[in-house]
Amino acid sequence: MSGTLTIDGKTIPFAEGQSVIEAARCAGIYIPHLCHRPGYAPHGSCKLCTVFVNGRKTSACTFPAAANQNVVSDTPELKQDRLRLTQMLFVEGNHFCPSCEKSGNCQLQGVAYHLRMLDNHYPHFYPQREVDASHPDILLDHNRCIFCNLCVRASRDKDGKNVFAIAGRGINKRLIVNSASGKLKDSAISVEDEATRVCPTGAILIKRSGYQLPIGQRLYDQHQISEVALSMQDDHEQ
Amino acid sequence: MKTFVDKVLEQAEFQPARLLEILRAVQAEFRHIPESAIALIAAGLQIPRTQIIAVAEFYSFLHLTPQGRYDLLISDSITDRMLGNQQVLDALAARLQVEVGGVRGDGLVSLNRTSCTGMCDQGPAGLVNGYPLPRLIPAKIAAVAELIEKQVPLADWPAEMFQVDEPIYRADLLLKQPFSNGEALQTAFARGLAETLAEVDLSHLRGRGGAGFKTALKWRTCSQQTATPRYVICNADEGEPGTFKDRMLLDLYADQVFEGMTVCAAIIGSSHGLVYLRAEYLFLRDKLLAVLQARREQGLLGKAILGREGFDFDIEIRMGAGAYICGEASAQIESLEGKPGIPRTKPPNSVVCGYQRKPTVVDNVETFFAATHIAIQGGQWFADIGTPQSTGTKLLSISGDCRRPGIYEYPFGTTVRQILQDCGADEVMGVQVGGPSGTFISNRELDRVVAFEDLSTAGSFMVFNRTRNLFAIAQNFIDFFAHESCGFCTPCRVGTALLRNQLAKIADGHGAAEDLEQLSALCEVVKNNSHCGLGESAANPILTTLLSYPELYLQQLKAKEFAPGFDLDATLAAARRLAQRDDAAAHLNQVEN
Repeated sequence: MSGTLTIDGKTIPFAEGQSVIEAARCAGIYIPHLCHRPGYAPHGSCKLCTVFVNGRKTSACTFPAAANQNVVSDTPELKQDRLRLTQMLFVEGNHFCPSCEKSGNCQLQGVAYHLRMLDNHYPHFYPQREVDASHPDILLDHNRCIFCNLCVRASRDKDGKNVFAIAGRGINKRLIVNSASGKLKDSAISVEDEATRVCPTGAILIKRSGYQLPIGQRLYDQHQISEVALSMQDDHEQ
Repeated sequence: MKTFVDKVLEQAEFQPARLLEILRAVQAEFRHIPESAIALIAAGLQIPRTQIIAVAEFYSFLHLTPQGRYDLLISDSITDRMLGNQQVLDALAARLQVEVGGVRGDGLVSLNRTSCTGMCDQGPAGLVNGYPLPRLIPAKIAAVAELIEKQVPLADWPAEMFQVDEPIYRADLLLKQPFSNGEALQTAFARGLAETLAEVDLSHLRGRGGAGFKTALKWRTCSQQTATPRYVICNADEGEPGTFKDRMLLDLYADQVFEGMTVCAAIIGSSHGLVYLRAEYLFLRDKLLAVLQARREQGLLGKAILGREGFDFDIEIRMGAGAYICGEASAQIESLEGKPGIPRTKPPNSVVCGYQRKPTVVDNVETFFAATHIAIQGGQWFADIGTPQSTGTKLLSISGDCRRPGIYEYPFGTTVRQILQDCGADEVMGVQVGGPSGTFISNRELDRVVAFEDLSTAGSFMVFNRTRNLFAIAQNFIDFFAHESCGFCTPCRVGTALLRNQLAKIADGHGAAEDLEQLSALCEVVKNNSHCGLGESAANPILTTLLSYPELYLQQLKAKEFAPGFDLDATLAAARRLAQRDDAAAHLNQVEN
């Protein structure tokens, strides 16, 4: 099945099996997202990509594109909700952009710029979370985890290792590591793994690479996240 | 350890889908899931150890650290609170020398709160090692404490301590209907299966679990799927606080529920049924297994049911482990597959892609019960009762401030006023219809009716009189959702925790006008963006109490536009304690505005 659908009044084509967000991306329309990544199994947890499809709210990253769908994404209400959801992610963890080595390359920060987020709006939770620096090459800072599940999917589906999983419930959710000690150093992860590179925030970092490019010259310092996301068009497996 | 785990794995036929059952057995034996067991189970089932930890952390009745040999859980539903569950907790804590939320040093006893145990008609209620302790009056508390101190095995406790009553105060169409085993199946076979489905269609029966999806449409869609095998699941995870009608049905009418499942199986072409029984109803498990065995002996389950060649169907009971979200059909399926109960993304619906990714009908206990009688009496008989959009009758579990809490069966369309009169409720301030996820109505709205088109309910009906505090009610419900949120999506995971804190700020008297606006806006974000029904309804306790009693919220506010969330003087309390001074200079006034 392929054909066309309408998004914000614009008619675009879609291919068999494409989600709404992918059809939009291929047509040059950016729908903000954090847990979605081209070439990965859809997840649908961050809810930033919430759109109306034929009048019903749904996640654009999990909803299959279909002929003659009427998709609405660009409304003041949806943008406001995206801003609020992003602010929720900021207050849930401990995100201090000025002292974070991912600053400028962080998708959470990039989305926040895009949505013109000027404050955190909600009271901070300031949760007590750990840093796992046990691995010689990889740092795991739980303070910055937003539970997007990308590292879980990368390790399971791309690396075939199942290094990560998400445990707990509600606000007590936590990322866990598949090793008897629970530490990264005792897991099967290696620095070449896809799972070390998909983190949208600074939760998983490759050591000794944080400041190779100065802050100010980094990806989202130079480009809107919408441009970056749309340029991934021909690189589904990135 | 190894011998025990090996035995448990063998009993579960090394199926990863039965991980909950395996972990429940390990928990019961060792009072927690020890590290050594995690390694053995991971190896035995060939699953990552992280899946075991994720499951153990997800379900309230599983623990990674040891609980007491006697694990006491006290129901924290609002009606249990109204019946004095705090006194129960205090008394048990004092007598047994254990902290609420803690384990006693010698490991003998642990004590904690738990979400509604489904005993609101006989509270304050609790559980000991999973078995119910209704009506915890002071004498009973003393007896419980003594039995624990003397380390009397649970099997030797007086049976009446665990006695659960099933008070039925009003029986109507279904509860009054005579029934003999096999009657629905015989009638359905004689009439024809397609014709029986047409009768279910004619009855306009809608799912009794709350969502109200048309039963015949669900069954027909499932029967039309090409994939096999197909599954029938009976959702007995009655977790909505204030609901206990499924407890009664499974206790007294189990044959009729199982027969409804069997009729469904015949219609959709299924040979495998599952009952997902909530952990709090462990006491029903042996009884239900005995009913299933009797039905096998009567030729109503097993091979060639009632002599009909090719119609094989059997039912197994699977236990939950303490998670409200598993009442949601797709979360329940995940749980049945041995995973955390996180609702699936739709489409596809579970009718198309359900248990083990196969077509699956998931229906509520009461839906199967009603279907049994529709199969016997025909659809018109049922459709003649109730309202056009909500046919038939509804079982209500009534609790709270009334003289006769218990089970009531009413035709749909009955007014709240009538129900309150029947259950003996006076001086009513409000009623929570449908549990925390439902609607709070004030005493100005008592002519509203119980029906899908007005006040929809899966059965919960909680009455509050004029002595009750509206904020205590709303806070109990919001805390419940924050506790039970699966945490999958941002708006529910973070939003319910924010709602809890923001409502507490107002209830504690620190709220300003601005805070009420922020609260309302937050309610909308959570409601409009969440992944499943839990998140969509999590703000209802605030939205509906705000609609019923806006004046109470306004009275609660400080008269200023803005109040800081930070209380300087309260924050300095720790410093004063450490410095051992409490003079005037140790207090600082906050500069406000």
